[in-house]
Amino acid sequence: MTTTVAAVTEGTSAPYALSHLDSLESEAVHIFREVAGEFERPVILFSGGKDSIVMLHLALKAFAPAPVPFTLLHVDTGHNFPEVLEYRDRTVERHGLRLHVASVQEYIDAGKLRERPDGTRNPLQTVPLTEKIQAERFDAVFGGGRRDEEKARAKERVFSLRDEFSQWDPRRQRPELWQLYNGRHAPGEHVRVFPLSNWTELDVWQYIAREGIELPEIYFAHEREVFSRSGMWLTAGDWGGPKDGESVETRLVRYRTVGDMSCTGAVDSDATTLDAVITEIAASRLTERGATRADDKMSEAAMEDRKREGYF
Amino acid sequence: MPSTHTDDATRLAEPTLLRFATAGSVDDGKSTLVGRLLHDSKSVLTDQLEAVERASLSRGQEAPDLALLTDGLRAEREQGITIDVAYRYFATPRRRFILADTPGHVQYTRNMVTGASTAELAVVLVDARNGVVEQTRRHAAVAALLRVPHVVLAVNKMDLVEYAEPVFAAIAKEFTAYAASLGVPEITAIPISALAGDNVVEPSAHMDWYGGPTVLEHLETVPVSHDLATCHARLPVQYVIRPQSAEHPDYRGYAGQIAAGAFRVGEEVTVLPSGRTSKVAGIDLLGKAVDTAWTPQSVTLLLDDDIDISRGDLIVPSGDAPTTSQDIEATVCHVADQPLNVGQRVLLKHTTRTVKAIVKDIPSRLTLDDLSQHPAPGKLVANDIGRVVVRTAEPLALDAYADSRRTGSFLLIDPADGTTLTAGMAGAAFSDSAAPAEEPAAPADDDQGWDF
Repeated sequence: MTTTVAAVTEGTSAPYALSHLDSLESEAVHIFREVAGEFERPVILFSGGKDSIVMLHLALKAFAPAPVPFTLLHVDTGHNFPEVLEYRDRTVERHGLRLHVASVQEYIDAGKLRERPDGTRNPLQTVPLTEKIQAERFDAVFGGGRRDEEKARAKERVFSLRDEFSQWDPRRQRPELWQLYNGRHAPGEHVRVFPLSNWTELDVWQYIAREGIELPEIYFAHEREVFSRSGMWLTAGDWGGPKDGESVETRLVRYRTVGDMSCTGAVDSDATTLDAVITEIAASRLTERGATRADDKMSEAAMEDRKREGYF
Repeated sequence: MPSTHTDDATRLAEPTLLRFATAGSVDDGKSTLVGRLLHDSKSVLTDQLEAVERASLSRGQEAPDLALLTDGLRAEREQGITIDVAYRYFATPRRRFILADTPGHVQYTRNMVTGASTAELAVVLVDARNGVVEQTRRHAAVAALLRVPHVVLAVNKMDLVEYAEPVFAAIAKEFTAYAASLGVPEITAIPISALAGDNVVEPSAHMDWYGGPTVLEHLETVPVSHDLATCHARLPVQYVIRPQSAEHPDYRGYAGQIAAGAFRVGEEVTVLPSGRTSKVAGIDLLGKAVDTAWTPQSVTLLLDDDIDISRGDLIVPSGDAPTTSQDIEATVCHVADQPLNVGQRVLLKHTTRTVKAIVKDIPSRLTLDDLSQHPAPGKLVANDIGRVVVRTAEPLALDAYADSRRTGSFLLIDPADGTTLTAGMAGAAFSDSAAPAEEPAAPADDDQGWDF
């Protein structure tokens, strides 16, 4: 039984629906412009990974033909993929942007951070990140986080207030109503902003394909020397692998996410084109983080705990 | 209509996006329905399911608890309750879905308001054995207050009433009459069993008497386009784009997301609150020049005249401008833990404009159960819904929320710590209750005592 009391959409006008990619793009641009209008010193976290690349692309469109009114910030773990660093620097150069770098290696060399026994540097990024935010007095920090990535991120606001220690308190989040984002913050506090909140991994790839966005080559299938650790194919290198009992082999792989070499696994793949990647992801029965991120497997609340401390 | 029809045809071949919210009490089977929509549309991936199985097992549960898919926070898992809105994503070839999964507890009215504020459709769940209960009426009232265009009544647990048509028909009739009296424009009732999978994704083999769509079919086909013929066009200016470069020395564009209706090149427009007029010289749709743009596209408008326009201004067609006022009467939902008091100084955020304001009066508080009004409560506390009269320090161009969800809505914010206090909807509360238009308060000596 379908009861239509009054059809609100009947009429003679054409159905002006947007495609889902157009809707997501329009929403993300709106978020970028809100931040530009309301904050003094915003910065975009830019790692050279696909989500931050899409963020930058959207920011370029949002303010064209004027330049992007934001600087970029990269937290360099010291174990980044060389192809990604090269991409990062080329992109910064091409768009005439300014790049800040917070270096985990410098913190370790200065004795302010200690290397973890498991070799992963991902959790070590939090301190250099939050200290850089404080030192540069950034008041809005764009991150490429998506709610579909992880269950703690599903609870994240688009505008997420962080205290003077950059901490996230999920119980004290502001309700987010309509498209009215509340960016009020006290001096020392800042707001993390997630313009891709409502995008899924597939949306990101379809948008990359539609817009013809260039990516670092490691996102496409290539032969690489890898070794197996905790069920993941990690890139062999000076950063700390393989260890005793682990052996290197050459495999045809690609990356679904790009963190650093110590925590990001490659997946077996022969997808060398955008179309092939999209087909592969659409058929995959694993999430990108489930497939390739060691840092999320540490405990059921690993992401929540890191986010509380100030991680992006 | 404009010359973009061929464009539309192409666009509609692509999947569209539907934002919807679910509402239901804990025992109505909301988690099961959400779990089944995600699971049967193959949106739960193996590693997520394995994580849920692992966690369920470690808690001593035999079957995987699908609620763990949506309860993302440590406190939620520990207490076994959902304390906050979670957003879920799934897709079919025809459409992408953003589901605002809102907790059903009475004390979380604010969460349903949050979820419903961006929803184009709300699913209200009812247990077939219990029929329409207080909580159902509350959910219908929130959907009506928030002007959610489409409401689905999902009569769940039909398997426990032997799939009997009269049970469903009676509930659907009662709910439809109630919701229609609140002004809900479209109601679709569907008999389901979320547990057994009847009429959720697959049609039921047990209910031959039902000829309508399954929940998913309805979600896939409900219209999300806007009837632009009846919409007032509105563009809140977010940001002024001025490259001042050699290539674009004179470019001055007014960037924003079209909040309602459509704009066309050549159209006469008025800028509020100044009232200055000009003509649309060009529309830039993220790098592409177009003749027409409509909600919710993010665009940049170029005008014929070089007039003073800044963030917070509203561009509207000259023949269709809202009135501006410093006195606002609205229905609000109080969303903060600290109360809202008469006489309180606040900030009011409307579209891209934030102004100082004072709460002049709280004429009534609404009881959602029976829609009765309690006069002069003095304050509103968390999850209260009430009528509020606010005076702003500067004139605002508010539409009635009934006409435009986006330009009729606002937030009240605590100026001291930035807390979002209250979600406001300007104008009458329910379509039918038609609150008599109040005479605007005399502005004469009201400004006394404004010391912020």
